[in-house]
Formats: sequence, structure tokens, C-alpha cells
Amino acid sequence: MSTLTEVADTHGSRITWAAVDTWVVAKRHLLHLVRRPDELLGTLMIPVMAVAMFGFVFGEAFGVAMDVPGSEYREFLLPGLFALTMAFGIGNTTISVAEDVRGGVLDRMRSLPMSPVAVLAGRALADMILAVVELSILLALGTLFGWQAHLGLGGVIAALGLLILLRMAFSWVGILLGLLVSGPEAAMKYFALVFPLAMVADTIVPTDLMPGWLAIPAEWNPLSSTVIATRELFGNTAGPATTWVGEHALTMAVLWPVAIIAVCLPLAMARLRRLGR
Amino acid sequence: MITDEPAIWTQGLRKSYPGRGAALDGIDLAVAPGTIHGLLGPNGAGKTTTVRILATLARLDSGQAWVAGRNVVHDRAGVRARIGVAGQYAAVDEVLSGRQNLEMFARLYRMRAKQARQRSGELLERFGLVEAADRAVRGYSGGMRRRLDLAVSLIRSPRVLFLDEPTTGLDPRSRIEVWDAVRELADSGTTVLLTTQYLEEADRLCSRITMVDRGRVVAEGSPAELKSSVGGRDLDEAFLLLTEGA
Ligand SMILES: Nc1ncnc2c1ncn2[C@@H]1O[C@H](COP(=O)(O)OP(=O)(O)OP(=O)(O)O)[C@@H](O)[C@H]1O
Ligand SMILES: [Mg+2]
Repeated sequence: MSTLTEVADTHGSRITWAAVDTWVVAKRHLLHLVRRPDELLGTLMIPVMAVAMFGFVFGEAFGVAMDVPGSEYREFLLPGLFALTMAFGIGNTTISVAEDVRGGVLDRMRSLPMSPVAVLAGRALADMILAVVELSILLALGTLFGWQAHLGLGGVIAALGLLILLRMAFSWVGILLGLLVSGPEAAMKYFALVFPLAMVADTIVPTDLMPGWLAIPAEWNPLSSTVIATRELFGNTAGPATTWVGEHALTMAVLWPVAIIAVCLPLAMARLRRLGR
Repeated sequence: MITDEPAIWTQGLRKSYPGRGAALDGIDLAVAPGTIHGLLGPNGAGKTTTVRILATLARLDSGQAWVAGRNVVHDRAGVRARIGVAGQYAAVDEVLSGRQNLEMFARLYRMRAKQARQRSGELLERFGLVEAADRAVRGYSGGMRRRLDLAVSLIRSPRVLFLDEPTTGLDPRSRIEVWDAVRELADSGTTVLLTTQYLEEADRLCSRITMVDRGRVVAEGSPAELKSSVGGRDLDEAFLLLTEGA
């Protein structure tokens, strides 16, 4: 019979335990992907298909509309697709959290002496690790299609950092939604809502080609800041920064995700506590 | 450590869900340490609600509740470190294997990786899950799932164990295995609060029984006392008389 060790409740040990618990929960989600390789493949297919469809099927036409060759449009496009892929991750996060609420695993975790925030933060960490895998694939694919970063490794690392930060923010959005929806089926039905988030932004079509009323939300879409900032960091084609957001893209690419996390994390924690009512 | 102080003690436990009447309407419970205490009642009586409140999973509206000497409202961490819960529905990860489930929850119970592996191995053996240990839980039978759920709740040898209908859906052999495990636990000093629909189960396992109906306690006593209180021969009669529409 194992004895119960009293966990000293100092501030430092609490943070250490929260980190350990977060990693254990993250590992669970990563094991899911390993045990269900078809699902992992499905997840990775989204960015691959996006590159293929937008880069080549629509690419030439968009190039014409922008008055540039298709190859130059692809220069413009790939940073957009990186961010778009981060946004599409929301769907999986929401569904998986909703499944955990339904299946009782969240309840079980709530009855354990573990760190409450780790119950949810583990999912966010797993999402960020998955984002690294997705981005690596996208970078490789992009390079294969002639896309490249022009400003050296530092720029690439900074850009990837911004993308992963964005994914972390979207992960918390997905976690909150997963705790709010009535079940995984509902989460799947709402999935279409990701499209405007991912596309009414400076991702696939430059905002100056959009009708005026659409350009404004597109410009203030958190994705746009990240996309513009990463285009700058990669040294990829971008129109002249004529808008306020465009001029402050780098700052906004940090502020937006931080603000999203600052709102969604506490709301998700409050919701988790209230799950038992 | 066993003291005379009740392992579970509640007074005037009340809870209602928005838009419905009271789910619990003043439940008083006192469970002696190291005993198996039954919570019996028809569907919707409030058994699961009581267990969830005591396991810190749901909030109470009013009343008081102590588990293993810790206040359920004010010292949730203290309660959580001393309890095990096996809910009405097996709360295990369907995608992971049985072993991965046990190791993950053991880590979350703050065991070191090595200790977690060792403890998982012990529990797999004890609950006859060694052969299925590395298969996904999705492919387990209902009985195997419940046994895994029970194993998870025992990882840290809890002082107080809540079992919400632990044998529902089990075949007779699995049921007897669960009973043996529960008895063994009580013998080693664990206090068990058990809800069940099977009166035979309560009769065999429990030293005392609390009958609830519509969120209220309608009777309390040893199985023998409950039977004689209605002049009946078995618990079924007592159950029907005590909870009948009243
Ligand atoms: N999450 C909830 N929201 C609203 N009402 C609830 C909720 N959970 C339980 N109830 C209500 O509270 C009452 C008690 O339910 P509870 O699940 O505790 O009963 P029970 O004794 O466990 O029943 P069973 O034998 O069917 O498991 C019921 O009327 C039920 O409808
Ligand atoms: Mg119940």
C-alpha cells in the first residue's frame, strides 16, 4: 500500500506541479494522435490541401487579380496559410474538450489532487507541439513549391514563434468553446465558423481586394496581424503597409494573442469550476 | 489512521438544479471509518448528486459536509488527496490503453514515473487486466471498463472511496470480483460509500444503509434493522415500502 505524501503547498512547488501536470495531460493528447494515426493524418491534410488548392488551383487566378505572377502570389500566400492552419486547429481542440466533458475524464481529473489549470493547459501545450509539426510540414512543402524566407534564420524563428503564439491563443478559444458547447456533435456543427475567421483576413486574398465593408473586420482579424508580421519577418511580398494595423503588425501580432489568452483562460477556468454547478 | 470520528459526515445537505426542484433536500449521513455504507434509492433519488458533492465535483447549496476530516467546501484539495471516485459511468480515456490510463492518472496523483509504472502493473494484475493492458479501452467490454475505472480510483489507496453503482452492467462473475475487492479494501481500513440498485449487493456488502428518496433520507440502519422495521424478510420489501411514492 502506497503512502500518501503530503504535498507542500508553497508557491514554488505549486508552479512546479502545475508544469508537471500540464506535461502529463499534454502527453495524453499526443498519445491520442499516435494511437489514432488516421486522425493525425486528417489534421495534417488541411495545410497540405490548402497549399495545393490555393497555391495552384486558385493561385494563377489570384495572381492575375493582384497583377503579379502566380509564383509571386505564392510568396504572399504561404505565410497566410501558416496562420490559417493555426486557426483550423480550433476545431479539433473544441471537439476534444467537448468529448472529455461528455466522457467524464474531466470530472475524474477534477477529483484528483492535481493542478486545476493543468487540466486545460495540457491541451494547449499539446496543440502547440502539434503546431510545430504542422509548421515543419508546411515549411518543407513551401520550400518544395519555391517559397522561401529571405531574411535569415532569426526572422524564421521569430515568425514561427508568432505563429505558435497565435495557435496557443486559438487553443484557449477552442478550450473555452469546448466547455461551453452541449457536446462534440455541436462542436462539429459549429466548425464552419472557422472559415470566416481564417479567410476574412489578410491570409489568402489581400484585404485591398476585398469590398470595403469586409476589409475592416479582415484588417482587425487577429490572423491578419500575425500574417503581415510573418510576411515581414520572412521577407515575403506584401503590399505597402497602408493601414494602421499593417503599420503596427508586429506589435499587434503579440498583443492580439496575449489579449485572447487573457480573456479566454480565466473564462475557461471559471467554466471548468462551474461544470459541476 | 482510524479514529472514532466519522469518515463521512454530512448535515442538512441541500442542492437544487436550476429550473428543477430540490435534488437533495437535507441529507444527513454519518459513515464510520473502515465500513462499507450503502446509499440506496430509486432513480433520481439523489445518490449521484450526493456522491458528486462529497467528491468535490459539485457544489452544495447549503448544509455541511466533511470527508476524511476535511471540509468539502473549504478544503477541496485536502479532500481530493484522500478520496477515490468511481462514477456511475466509467471515466477513463477511451483511446489510451488500460496501462496508459493507469500510468497517466498515477502521475496526476503525483507519483513518480517509476512508482506510477509499478503501481499500474500491480493494479492491472489485481483486476485481471494484464492481457488487455496494452489494448485501447474502446475495445474493452463493459465489465473490463468498470474494473479499470475501479483500479484508477484505487491508485493512491484512498482513505475514503466513493463507488457510484460500481457493478451496474457487470456479469455475475465480474460483480463478485468487484465485491471481493471492495471487502478487501474495507478490511484494510478504507471507508466505502456505495450506491447501488441491487439490494442483494447492499445486503451482502454494507454494514449500514441509508435509504434516500426524492432527496431525503427515509430510513437508516443495518440491513437487518431495515428488514425488521417493515416486518419483511428481504431488503426488496423494505425498499419498496420505504420509498413507495411517499
Ligand atoms: N446536471 C443536472 N442538471 C439538472 N438536474 C439534474 C442534474 N443532475 C441530476 N439532476 C436531477 O437531480 C435529481 C437527482 O439525480 P441523481 O442523479 O442524483 O439521482 P440518482 O439517485 O443518482 O439516480 P439514478 O439511480 O438514476 O442514478 C434528479 O431529479 C435529476 O433529474
Ligand atoms: Mg446515479
